[in-house]
Amino acid sequence: MMSSNSANNLLDEALGFNDECGGGGGGLLLLIEDRVETSGAFILHHLIKRRLSSPNRPNDVVVFLSFAHPFSHYDRILRKMGCNLGVQKENKRFVYYDMLNLNYPDGEKGAEDLLLSVYGKIQKTVELCSSREGYKNSTIMIDDISLMEVALCGSSNLVLDFLHYCYSLATQFDCLVIILNHEDVYSTVDVPSPLLQMEYLANIVIKAEPLATGLATDVHGQLTVLNKGICQGSGCSKSKIRNFHFRVKENCVEYFYPGSRT
Amino acid sequence: MAANKPRTSSFSRNVAVAPTSQVPGLKHGPNGTVFLSSGIADLDKILGGGFCLGSLVIIMEDPEAPHHMLLLRNFMSQGLVHKQPLFYASPAKEPRGFLGTLPNPVSSKDDKSRERDTEQEKNLRIAWQYKKYFEDQNLDSQKDGKVEYCNDFDLRRPLDRHALSGQCIDCVSLQDSPNLATLYDRCSTFLAQIPRFDGNITSAGRISIQSFSAPQCHFSEKEWDMLSFIRSLKSLVRSSNAVAVMTFPPTLVSPTVLKRWQHLADTLLSVRAVPDEDKDLAKLLTGYQDMLGLLNVHKVARINTQVPVILEATTYSMKLHKRRSLVLECLNQAPVDGSSGTSYATSGSCSVSSKTGALDF
Repeated sequence: MMSSNSANNLLDEALGFNDECGGGGGGLLLLIEDRVETSGAFILHHLIKRRLSSPNRPNDVVVFLSFAHPFSHYDRILRKMGCNLGVQKENKRFVYYDMLNLNYPDGEKGAEDLLLSVYGKIQKTVELCSSREGYKNSTIMIDDISLMEVALCGSSNLVLDFLHYCYSLATQFDCLVIILNHEDVYSTVDVPSPLLQMEYLANIVIKAEPLATGLATDVHGQLTVLNKGICQGSGCSKSKIRNFHFRVKENCVEYFYPGSRT
Repeated sequence: MAANKPRTSSFSRNVAVAPTSQVPGLKHGPNGTVFLSSGIADLDKILGGGFCLGSLVIIMEDPEAPHHMLLLRNFMSQGLVHKQPLFYASPAKEPRGFLGTLPNPVSSKDDKSRERDTEQEKNLRIAWQYKKYFEDQNLDSQKDGKVEYCNDFDLRRPLDRHALSGQCIDCVSLQDSPNLATLYDRCSTFLAQIPRFDGNITSAGRISIQSFSAPQCHFSEKEWDMLSFIRSLKSLVRSSNAVAVMTFPPTLVSPTVLKRWQHLADTLLSVRAVPDEDKDLAKLLTGYQDMLGLLNVHKVARINTQVPVILEATTYSMKLHKRRSLVLECLNQAPVDGSSGTSYATSGSCSVSSKTGALDF
């Protein structure tokens, strides 16, 4: 079982998440970008486990908005990684919102109303959690933003508004907002795309891409982590870019620099 | 069932009750998934067992050749042979007519005569005994009326009448649907009739949608509506015991919508025509003359797992075995003539490589 004493892997180092610094809470937006060839969902799974497994923060909550997969999918995956989402759900530490079957027949107005109601629920959950003793951070996760756009009939403005609301909630209650989106969907768009706006807003951007040489069984792809640094009282830390390879397994992910294996 | 009991330890295994009798046409896969056959034995093998129940399979068509129809035909026939409910939608005015073109399983007469021979010709007994090691599981003859998971279909012979009668087949013309909501309702009604139990899965349904964004459909211009439909269909299928196969012409949608479409797919395939009389390709590949087309596997469904499927090869040639059954073969590079200069890039990747002719060996 992961504990705060275990060695951080390359991803955790790049994110700057370690328990000494309070695990990277405080009003951060983390954007994960992936492509058809290389899925970035494993990063979400890793972060769910990180946020739920930390012994220093027993009251923190992960709010998960799923547009992509049903609960059983995440449950099975996290179970193999040593995290029981069913129990966490019962203990109200993992709050799962199933957005798969939501349809918006009433057009944009209906979509806006529904979105507001979803945001209201998230806000209540986070507020409630923050009032508990020993609260440190909450996490809001969205899997994934492009499906949210489809559910809202292409209204990227609504999606961006929602993200802004989540971001302000995050700043207010010291939350971490994690979103997954697809880079290749927007690469053909001429106008300033919603993705650019999200990249601008984000404090950390993780890109999952295939290797330039194609797919391989030993190396499933590469991650590029741009950490814009955290502004604290005395000044800002510099932004850093790290690049390394990864290999996804059932119970963990291996991260390593090109040409080396941990 | 076990899901409602409080878990005592975080590492308790959720042991699924294995069915005492195997349901014909379905088999268990890893991570609690169930597969049904695509109707093409080679494709089942490539995909690790078949199509996963609850998944959405998308096939990108080639405007120059109707090879996607071969895949659809095998898929639909396999469902009918296994008595699985079938939903079929196409842009044609009379989609039911397509059922007449579905192939029949290869007759077992050939296999049966072979078995009789083994008894009669004792001096050849040794040879026949070794033959059993070469025969694929799927080719085991239908002894005792055992139902095969994947049939060998004879594309020259139409499906027997008795296979079509008494079956649950729902045909819809995409031209008739004024909007996608009615199509969604039809799919929903179809899926609702497939029984669903928490324990054993006793039956599965197949949805087959052909040429979804074809110009004959009223909604072909409404890209967001189509995406919304696909997303809703995917959610429907995910929560039911069914597989949906959808084909569409990728050249008729905008690039950004195409990418969204590709992301929506659990399993993503594409078919390409092989140009006739392409001398360069003939030099590059063996058996080029027999090829109908090429099949690319872009993505394989990852349900209940995060580990990606990395295939040894992603491009396969489509050929007709004995001029009747569809087979998929890995591409084999022909012996390179020392005098010839360059050849196509052999390590074609499906990502950042900008070279054309992405044949992945």
